[in-house]
Amino acid sequence: MTYKAKLRVWRGDDESGDLKNYEVDVNEGEVVLDIVHRLQATQAPDLAVRWNCKAGKCGSCSAEVNGKPRLMCMTRMNTFTEDEVITITPMRTFPVIRDLVTDVSYNYAKARMVPAFAPPADLEPGDYRMAQVDVERSQEFRKCIECFLCNNVCHVMRDHEDNKASFSGPRFLMRIAELDMHPLDTVDRRQTAVEDHGLGYCNITKCCTEVCPEHIHITDNALIPLKERVADRKYDPLFSVASLFRKGKEKRAAAPATPKG
Amino acid sequence: MATTGIDAPGRAKIAAKTLRTDRWWVQPLFTFLALTAFVVYSTWRVFMNKYYYSDPYISLFYSPCLAGSCVPGAQFAGAPITWWAFSPALLIAWIPLAFRFTCYYYRKAYFRSFWLSPPACAVAEPHGSYSGETKLPLILNNVHRYALYLGLVLNVILTWDAILAFRNPDGSWGHVGLGTLILTLNAFCLWMYSLSCHSCRNAVGGRITHFSKHPVRYQMWTFISKLNTHHMRWAWVSLSTVVIADFYVYLAASGAISGSWV
Repeated sequence: MTYKAKLRVWRGDDESGDLKNYEVDVNEGEVVLDIVHRLQATQAPDLAVRWNCKAGKCGSCSAEVNGKPRLMCMTRMNTFTEDEVITITPMRTFPVIRDLVTDVSYNYAKARMVPAFAPPADLEPGDYRMAQVDVERSQEFRKCIECFLCNNVCHVMRDHEDNKASFSGPRFLMRIAELDMHPLDTVDRRQTAVEDHGLGYCNITKCCTEVCPEHIHITDNALIPLKERVADRKYDPLFSVASLFRKGKEKRAAAPATPKG
Repeated sequence: MATTGIDAPGRAKIAAKTLRTDRWWVQPLFTFLALTAFVVYSTWRVFMNKYYYSDPYISLFYSPCLAGSCVPGAQFAGAPITWWAFSPALLIAWIPLAFRFTCYYYRKAYFRSFWLSPPACAVAEPHGSYSGETKLPLILNNVHRYALYLGLVLNVILTWDAILAFRNPDGSWGHVGLGTLILTLNAFCLWMYSLSCHSCRNAVGGRITHFSKHPVRYQMWTFISKLNTHHMRWAWVSLSTVVIADFYVYLAASGAISGSWV
């Protein structure tokens, strides 16, 4: 069962570009990345596309298919009708290098700004002991494959380039939440979440959760809990007063200054 | 339209603000219409200042009725605010308004459908700049927990109102009218909406780092987390029951409906 799919693929670089029309054979069971590879093999050998695992685990083939941020390797062709025009573009939040390949170095710069995991000073590697219930919240966030679709779809940066300097996006706010919830982490990350990573810019519109290919509940389980933890410290005077009298009150240090991305 | 976003230098040159082909505008449009209808209805009722009590039922917009002008039977704790010259609902209605306005679900709803920020995922918003919840007034959304605490107090009172709805006009217990069922259902839905709140989830255990040292709070957090996954559903269901419950009291108090079944 083969048919010819109608594709519109963005071709260009950081100076100019346009959507080009192609017709490419499609076989049963194929995904968009298969069709892009066939296009590359048969009609457009100079088409630039980043890919690696073809299994939804490396996060390399992030793009936008019919305007929706998707992994091309996880977007099945049978979700489209045979006469439907399928538009494939690079991610629109990051600078384009060529064709479907974007420069995602913004994300690596922001990743370096997150203070590393900091276990107690007197705890040697190999001596970490944690109850499962204490780490399972953080484990959900470890499913992240660094596809950066969440940062790509986030309107804070997507629609406002100037916010990139002060906002790290859901991917790295989730990383901060992961560490803040970690039972052995000794650093208080609430201040850096607000001041260095722009937590206040998030307005809970949940697009990051909608596009996550790993189905991580980024907003409900990471961003909102992090906002609530910040509110405990920054916006809740009753909580702050109560903390003064709480037995075994937190003794975590503020996160150290980190290099700006 | 935004000129510094998807049109920013270096990004792929694509003129369309979105290339989505699905009907992405349906959900924000529905949300806009539904929330607007609620605001219009609740404003009408809050300023009406009549038809809010029909023994044994009281409208939730007016409960607890604290103003001296409250009709006999509706007064709460002796209606101590005797100097109040406006609708008694204005003393109360700001609490659920604050709770819902700062609610994490409704924030998504109104940012998308009213402020179009963004109208839908991967659809460019029409604003030239964006500061989110970093400045006044939207930074006040961070005090959602205080609105929750006040809302919980109201829930207790509305639950008591629902219990009182089981009384007959002579004060004896055993009355069950359609209004009794509606007020009880409404109280239940309001509890589910409040308990499934993200701030509630944080308060019962979310802020803890070592669940293993707090097994009771961990169980509470686990329970609230399950409710929390349906928070949007309870937001809409409870909004609907609020309107239904209030309109029913309006119909009964205005004499539009009557009979033993009421």
